Amino acid sequence: MTIGWYLAVSAIVFSLGAVGVITRRNPLVVLLCLELMLNGGNLALIAFSRMWGNGDGQVLALVVMTVAACEVCIGLGMIVAMFRQKLPVDVDEMRELQG
Amino acid sequence: MSAVLFFIAAIGAITGAVGVVMLRNPFYAVLALVAHLISLAILFLLLRAQFVAAVQVVVYAGAVMVLYVFVVAYVGDQGDTLSERLRGTGPVASGLRLGGALVGGALLIELLIALLGTGLEGIDHYGAGYSEAHPEAQTFGTPAYIGRLLLTRFLLAFEVASFLLLIAAVGGVVLAYRRGGIREEERDALTPLDLIRPLGTGTMREGIGRRGS
Repeated sequence: MTIGWYLAVSAIVFSLGAVGVITRRNPLVVLLCLELMLNGGNLALIAFSRMWGNGDGQVLALVVMTVAACEVCIGLGMIVAMFRQKLPVDVDEMRELQG
Repeated sequence: MSAVLFFIAAIGAITGAVGVVMLRNPFYAVLALVAHLISLAILFLLLRAQFVAAVQVVVYAGAVMVLYVFVVAYVGDQGDTLSERLRGTGPVASGLRLGGALVGGALLIELLIALLGTGLEGIDHYGAGYSEAHPEAQTFGTPAYIGRLLLTRFLLAFEVASFLLLIAAVGGVVLAYRRGGIREEERDALTPLDLIRPLGTGTMREGIGRRGS
């Protein structure tokens, strides 16, 4: 398949992730949809890396995976902290930063 | 053959993504994301990114998703259903239905225009060719190739990423730490060892050679 097909798939995955981030209320699922967006970006990076025959895009995709792992770690830590404080686990209810 | 594999993997990836967005139960959403990640790993393999595909399966679909499953099990099912919110009545539901569809559709169209209308000739090709003149091209995407890039050209990015992981690990521990420390009754628990050892063991009194009293 030509590179354009891979780019189309990456665009579809990214848009689906964006819709999920906008419309879902559970922060866990919002984090999952963020992963979808990052993966759409990763697919485009690797498709372009293949297009140029250059490994830089693959290294950048690995760095994106690292950042995603850090984001998951912090995000899940915050969700657990919210749950411990008996706060509603709902992004619509979270309106203030004060614990 | 590669076209068949591409379509299977692409359909799997998009179905997984739809599942993550639409499924009610967060646990099923995590499982849908695992299916999506494995399909993406097949796409990475088709793009000759063997190492990234392996990392995707081992680190992402393996380790990170286990973390998700544990937190879903801990926090419990507090899922909201997208279809329930969209099907309901009132300004919120209709606004959400319209807004979500509008933003998603606009973003998709914009991305497709941006990606496919770039005018890059390579978009309609199968990627860079592999000739005998470039022996490096034969090893494209292998762990040795990626490792050489990471430790020479992208050494700074590599080190910064590892430092970022350290900071995230410390931050996760701080955020999820149990506030209030050990409870009072746990601290003064009597162990069987306390009954058989002589009085004053492990105190300063033993250190200066005066045992018991």
